[in-house]
Amino acid sequence: MRNLPGFWIPKDVSWEKFTKQGTQGTMFARGLKRKSAEDGEDVEGGLAGAQAMPSYSLQRQSLLDMSLVKLQLCHMLVEPNLCRSVLIANTVRQIQEEMAQDGTWRVVAPQAAGRAPLDRLVSTDILCRSVREQEGERPAPDAGDGHTPDLVPGLATVPSAQALRNPQSSLWEVDSSRENRGGFQKSLDQIFETLENKTSGSVEELFADVDSSYYDLDAVLTGMVGSTQSGHGSGLQAFSPATAAPPSSSCRSDLGELDHAVEILVET
Amino acid sequence: MPSHRMPSEADIISTVEFNHTGELLATGDKGGRVVIFQREPESKNAAHSQGEYDVYSTFQSHEPEFDYLKSLEIEEKINKIKWLPQQNAAHSLLSTNDKTIKLWKITERDKRPEGYNLKDEEGKLKDLSTVTSLQVPVLKPMDLMVEVSPRRVFANGHTYHINSISVNSDCETYMSADDLRINLWHLAITDRSFNIVDIKPANMEDLTEVITASEFHPHHCNLFVYSSSKGSLRLCDMRAAALCDKHSKLFEEPEDPSNRSFFSEIISSVSDVKFSHSGRYMLTRDYLTVKVWDLNMEARPIETYQVHDYLRSKLCSLYENDCIFDKFECAWNGSDSVIMTGAYNNFFRMFDRNTKRDVTLEASRESSKPRAVLKPRRVCVGGKRRRDDISVDSLDFTKKILHTAWHPAENIIAIAATNNLYIFQDKVNSEMH
Repeated sequence: MRNLPGFWIPKDVSWEKFTKQGTQGTMFARGLKRKSAEDGEDVEGGLAGAQAMPSYSLQRQSLLDMSLVKLQLCHMLVEPNLCRSVLIANTVRQIQEEMAQDGTWRVVAPQAAGRAPLDRLVSTDILCRSVREQEGERPAPDAGDGHTPDLVPGLATVPSAQALRNPQSSLWEVDSSRENRGGFQKSLDQIFETLENKTSGSVEELFADVDSSYYDLDAVLTGMVGSTQSGHGSGLQAFSPATAAPPSSSCRSDLGELDHAVEILVET
Repeated sequence: MPSHRMPSEADIISTVEFNHTGELLATGDKGGRVVIFQREPESKNAAHSQGEYDVYSTFQSHEPEFDYLKSLEIEEKINKIKWLPQQNAAHSLLSTNDKTIKLWKITERDKRPEGYNLKDEEGKLKDLSTVTSLQVPVLKPMDLMVEVSPRRVFANGHTYHINSISVNSDCETYMSADDLRINLWHLAITDRSFNIVDIKPANMEDLTEVITASEFHPHHCNLFVYSSSKGSLRLCDMRAAALCDKHSKLFEEPEDPSNRSFFSEIISSVSDVKFSHSGRYMLTRDYLTVKVWDLNMEARPIETYQVHDYLRSKLCSLYENDCIFDKFECAWNGSDSVIMTGAYNNFFRMFDRNTKRDVTLEASRESSKPRAVLKPRRVCVGGKRRRDDISVDSLDFTKKILHTAWHPAENIIAIAATNNLYIFQDKVNSEMH
């Protein structure tokens, strides 16, 4: 594996937990959805879904997903900003620690829970709230759904992060016997090994289940960096175009830009 | 490598710096160019050009490079420019991109010799039969020509991206800081540098903190400060040890537990640190505030000013669009009584430390008509809204003022708004108070 000072890999950022929970999580997800429905939340999708009140744990999960994707994207860009990567990784670690403490890390956000992605980014008040306010709202260790009716709907789920949690993703099938060993480090090692050894044909396979529109570099750079070229700079309400794809869309659509990005990585 | 960027992006200003007298103002941009402005001397005849800045020189400082070993492009963007104190007729400055620092010498030529014996005015050899007497060449005035030449290139000193350079008060050495290390250089020696701070962990997986900025003390050549992504400042004394990993003083404000969120650490990351001119205080900028620290008190800052607290409830959105990682700079005025920093929507803020008054101003075409007076702006957060107020949700987050500079002696400020440079002068109060 190339030893790239810029491509730094943080410790204790446990990606595995979230991929493995994929299968088991489905049950929980459905249960959660049903429970939400029972409690009168309308999760039927579309605008109705957008008006549902996500709990603190779901919002926290969204933040975690977003952070993991940001970290992964770091490895796709030319020379990642180390300070930014460190700060994001620390944030991920904090979330995971908290989730481990209140035992909610088993619960996976409902996959495409009929919650259509929001076209606009709404104020995510709850995650910025002080601890004191949140104390009354945090879910109990059995992953109860803490309802906070005065909350604004939170972040849309990020499609490619969900794809990461998809157990069928060949991203994590490279060596299934290694899956049981802990650590983010090993998983990423596998990715880099695979990228170096395999041909571009199988690299396509590697990214098969990932929503390639997220890896469209133009969209990514426009969405992530908030450059003057992007249309989303008109305020907080704008939403990154890269994450606007509905979770249920085909993941194999156009791999052209993805190939290009991977070529840069592996110099094939 | 062919440039795939739009022309306008190369013009984005990435650093602004006055020299020690304020006569010159240097800007660096994303395309690796440096533009130096010079203040015209005030002339009683031309009432309009009272001490205005005109372009003095433009040169290409850094070019894009390709690191073949890592298959990575090294950006030519100028991260920082620092002027050397002037020691003779020439001016010198250091400019740096992510990896390489260069020392440039700027000289003027306004005379040229005329009346050579062997060559004529165009430089062609004369027909010797026409030369009947010898003459001594005389210096005659010519149009001013500014010549810039690279004198030193300090390369291969950094594995990570350089974020700061600072010239020592001894005028012989300077330091350069990247994410994990700080090196000390002698201005005349390019093939060697001394590592004075190294926070790289043995195992990179354990990395949780990086260096974000550093600066030498303005008077004590042995002292320097560096800031971290966790919001701490470390004052180091180079006399104590060769490797200054152990700080002399650690400045850290205890976290407010009632304000804690997942974004607490990110917004506490210090993006800039500046010593006051007096050397007694330090100014730091983090995402939402500027803080003044007394070198004699490590426990907490002595003053904290809110730059744009209305963003506190929007941190998640700002995290999503990466704005939360924007690195704003801060500046002292010459008398250390006012501090300034940039914000979004092309706003910048000034805080008067004595009167505790603050003001929000905007750098825009409308506000910069000659002799126009800048109108204070206000961001409203719901509640009563006045006519010209801007609401938080209509702020333009692509218009960020990251780089600002204050003239060392007068009330003149330089504001970089994306690819435009604004220079504002306080004609009424041109003297510092």
